[in-house]
Amino acid sequence: MSRLSKILMQISGILFIILLWELATGVFHVFKWIVLPPPTDVFMAMLAMALDGSLFVNAGWSLLRVLLGFIVAAAIAVPLGVAMGWLPEISYVVDPIVEVIRPIPPIAWIGLALLWFGIGINSAIFLVFIGAFFPILLNTIAGVRNVEKRLVEVAYTFGASDWSVLRKVVMPAASPTIYTGLRVGMGIGWMCVVAAEMIAVRFGLGNMILEGSNLLQTDVVMVGMITIGLLGLAINYIFQVAGNYMFKWQQGIGRAVA
Amino acid sequence: MSNDIRIVHVTKEFASNGRSMKAVDDISLDIKDSEFICLVGPSGCGKSTLLRMIAGLEPVSSGEILMGDKKITSTSPKIGFVFQEYTLFPWRTVEKNVEFGLELKRLSPEERARIASKYLDMVGLEKFKDSYPHQLSGGMRQRTAIARTLAVNPEILLMDEPFGALDAQTRNILQEQLLEIWHKEKKKVLFVTHNVDEAVFLADKVIVLTARPGRIKEIIDINIPRPRVRTETEVNKVRNAILNSLFEEVRKLSDH
Repeated sequence: MSRLSKILMQISGILFIILLWELATGVFHVFKWIVLPPPTDVFMAMLAMALDGSLFVNAGWSLLRVLLGFIVAAAIAVPLGVAMGWLPEISYVVDPIVEVIRPIPPIAWIGLALLWFGIGINSAIFLVFIGAFFPILLNTIAGVRNVEKRLVEVAYTFGASDWSVLRKVVMPAASPTIYTGLRVGMGIGWMCVVAAEMIAVRFGLGNMILEGSNLLQTDVVMVGMITIGLLGLAINYIFQVAGNYMFKWQQGIGRAVA
Repeated sequence: MSNDIRIVHVTKEFASNGRSMKAVDDISLDIKDSEFICLVGPSGCGKSTLLRMIAGLEPVSSGEILMGDKKITSTSPKIGFVFQEYTLFPWRTVEKNVEFGLELKRLSPEERARIASKYLDMVGLEKFKDSYPHQLSGGMRQRTAIARTLAVNPEILLMDEPFGALDAQTRNILQEQLLEIWHKEKKKVLFVTHNVDEAVFLADKVIVLTARPGRIKEIIDINIPRPRVRTETEVNKVRNAILNSLFEEVRKLSDH
């Protein structure tokens, strides 16, 4: 199948749903507007919010918060994960703590977040941090533990120090797995920021959805949801493209020499 | 020469299921000047273990291994190791793989590139210096690994069945290339193989080890001038001698 026809088929599915939606709402009025406004209304609302800038302000706040929380999570989880993966002693001490805290859903931290940081950006950053932290940590540990032993040995035969082995062998070998952790962490962080914005902070896409819901502006609610979906898709895509470039040395990507 | 390798009464025991098992039993061996020695023996006779002890990857249980008059207790760039499996760093290009040991020696980038280029040229891979390992054939990967080890100028090259995973043709070509390199670089080589043809083609001296625990059974000097022709009568005679010696040991294993 050609690339073009594949793309056309992918688009046709979405178009079909939108068409069905328009027919059900705009033409046959199967649903009340407040339950499901027609896609054209949602689109017009989106256009209006883009033109008056409010969409970008809210999206910008969400992106900023997710980015800050993500950076803090990565800055702590990657070094900790490397230490835990490389030195079993550290892992013995930290593992139980991690295993106790990990099953608590990020949303359950909202209560503490409000008590610790109050209403404001810090609460949102904290929730993103909690959401992104564990996938990054667990993938980093797994990446470091699964480094092939013979690659480490071969480095030692060149007289490498432990520090050199860590820097020149373990880190690059584990980097694709760590990167997967970052990508998953970012995805979860994106979910957490929306939840935080519904409760703990003003502005942002989550806040926009909640306010729209309170004012019975179903079109605004849907604009918020669609924007969140599209931005999540875009973030994931950027991660994917950057990853393919950074890890082109991996088997399967790139051409084989005959 | 002061950098001869001396293996003195080396024994290695492993603990398994609470019992200790002897893998290498009282091996003594000197490797001088630029000798090419092949170790052959039935599988599990401790050939690889001996090599790993010389490389400093594994401690000896008793005895000692010396380079010159210094005891070998840890790994060092003076002792090069070429593994059977492919051990190139997949995230580094061929050139950067060869530069690995040179980076550890803190050479300047220009110096590293110069040395890497010399050894890539020697193994015939200059053209592939920007390729990644997954783009190379098995033979090319092992040639890169050899270049990477030679680049740090070790006193001795320990080779643990380096051509074991290659097809017969590639293997023959690499054996010839290895001899050329050895002739140019004048290194000691200790080469483990289970392929008697390979040993006879390459070595100055073939050491036959006994079945587990590995002891030196026989040392066979090969004085046939190189390049050796694999089908020559002299070569065949030596090969038969080694095969017979080895066969006794393999039979001991299957009798158990």
